Amino acid sequence: MSIDIDTARKVAHLARIAVKEEDLPALAGELSAVLNFMEQLNEVDVEGVEPMTSVTPMRLKRRQDVVTDGGMADRILSNAPDAREGFFAVPKVVE
Amino acid sequence: MTNLNELTIADARDLLRKGEATAVDLTMACLTAMDAGDELNAFVHKTPDIALDRARAADLRIKAGDAPAMCGIPVGIKDVYCTKGVLSQAASNVLKGFRPEYESTVTQNLADAGAVMLGKLNMDEFAMGSTNEHSCYGAAVNPWRRDGDDTPLTPGGSSGGSAAAVAADLCLAATGTDTGGSIRQPAAFTGIVGIKPTYGRCSRWGVIAYASSLDQAGPMTKSVRDAAIMLGAMAGHDPKDSTSADIPVPDFEAMLTGDIRGKKIGIPREYRIEGLPEEIAAIWDRGTAMLKDAGAEIVDISLPHTKYALPAYYVVAPAEASSNLARYDGVRYGHRAKLSQGDGITEMYEKTRAEGFGHEVQRRVMIGTYVLSAGFYDAYYNRARKVRALIKRDFENVFADGIDAILAPISPSAAFGLGDVADSDPVAMYLNDVFTVTLNLAGLPGVAVPVGLNAQGLPLGLQLIGRPWEEGDLLNHAYVLEQAAGFVSKPGKWW
Repeated sequence: MSIDIDTARKVAHLARIAVKEEDLPALAGELSAVLNFMEQLNEVDVEGVEPMTSVTPMRLKRRQDVVTDGGMADRILSNAPDAREGFFAVPKVVE
Repeated sequence: MTNLNELTIADARDLLRKGEATAVDLTMACLTAMDAGDELNAFVHKTPDIALDRARAADLRIKAGDAPAMCGIPVGIKDVYCTKGVLSQAASNVLKGFRPEYESTVTQNLADAGAVMLGKLNMDEFAMGSTNEHSCYGAAVNPWRRDGDDTPLTPGGSSGGSAAAVAADLCLAATGTDTGGSIRQPAAFTGIVGIKPTYGRCSRWGVIAYASSLDQAGPMTKSVRDAAIMLGAMAGHDPKDSTSADIPVPDFEAMLTGDIRGKKIGIPREYRIEGLPEEIAAIWDRGTAMLKDAGAEIVDISLPHTKYALPAYYVVAPAEASSNLARYDGVRYGHRAKLSQGDGITEMYEKTRAEGFGHEVQRRVMIGTYVLSAGFYDAYYNRARKVRALIKRDFENVFADGIDAILAPISPSAAFGLGDVADSDPVAMYLNDVFTVTLNLAGLPGVAVPVGLNAQGLPLGLQLIGRPWEEGDLLNHAYVLEQAAGFVSKPGKWW
């Protein structure tokens, strides 16, 4: 499987990582190398094998669906790059 | 007398209980060693005030006779653990300045046991790497050097700062995390002990996530006994981590009997890979002979899907990483890129992540994005999950046949030079993890034990792999190997 420059550009956009146009060929090459390495998995007969979903067969715990915490907006915002009037602030989203 | 910072946890505990040293003495000795060890670039955020406060509190507890084993023991904490009010960046620029408002469960457990935090330790960014070179703080340096050669060597990764700090006696022990070998490989590169417990043994709550189905916290220590003591303090059920196991934590230290007579040790033939360096094959044979001399039965075993572990890992781990790292968007914490006129929210995400993530993290996030994208999900991700099930089944089969533990190499080489593995060749870099990723995929516990030195005077270790939830029995095997190997070498101090 070889990744071309258009695919590399698309993957970078899906991952929301800005990649300069001149860096795309190198990125495509690196991604291709890794994906080629993964091609080995096609040698394995996985017919009838259930995908592994958990490491040990354990029933996930359930808890009461109740409020256990809250009222700490200032602490939640304490690390925000831009917080105003008790909210996270971001650039304009709606055109 | 040994300097206090050079003690094991067990010896320090005994001195503290006898009143022959105080936690403040121990902490001062470590803080001095830490400051003198800056060239190792192991500690990246120092917390001397917290350390001395906790040491004084520990001394009061010890005096009152209410002191668990870890009480007053100075430790280093990997930067991936969230520690309240103390910078916790997972060695990433994207988390620059992040001071959590909360404490991870594991570090809270250690604090509750009276352990003293000295500071935060270097690592590969988001625990992605095997050399500690992928760090926003620059690489940590291995205290070990080749005989007659001052080339700086990697301490391994991702828990490279933890390994360097313990090996150089800057602290008595450190926390690590292991997603694909990140405790065991650096332990081997620095001649110390490290255990990755069974997945679910230690809570992941507050540990900055890389690949959630593989990540597991564990101790890195100077001896197997110390690993048993510290793991006991770190482990335990935590309602805040839904994958944390609700099963009792036994007294691991009490299980170190030193007797493995009649136990069956599996030697997996698939780990004898083509091109396995002579020194690694030789140390593996020596370790095998030691366990045999101790009365264990050596059994040739097969783990037929071993070869597929590495490609399966490099599908599953980046896939989970791409999802986990989606949270770094410049909104809630850490770095936000400066925006140009007219930039909207998409540009904010894309620029923030391009500036904040290092090259290797970007590469893994993009690989993960690709294997999860429409049209490729089944071909890569679901296939890898099925292969993962087969790898786990391989282990279940040998354990069902009566194997008690498996002995294997940890890494294809001893520590190598910083800069020796080209960043542009990811596959060559990933081959470092060939012996370690298997048990992360299977969720099993594995412990690294230093066994000897190579011809250049660098430490070589071996790993023992155990049955799920039987860390006590596994550590007992490791204890026997440690006693037989009698590894006492220390790096010559150059820093």
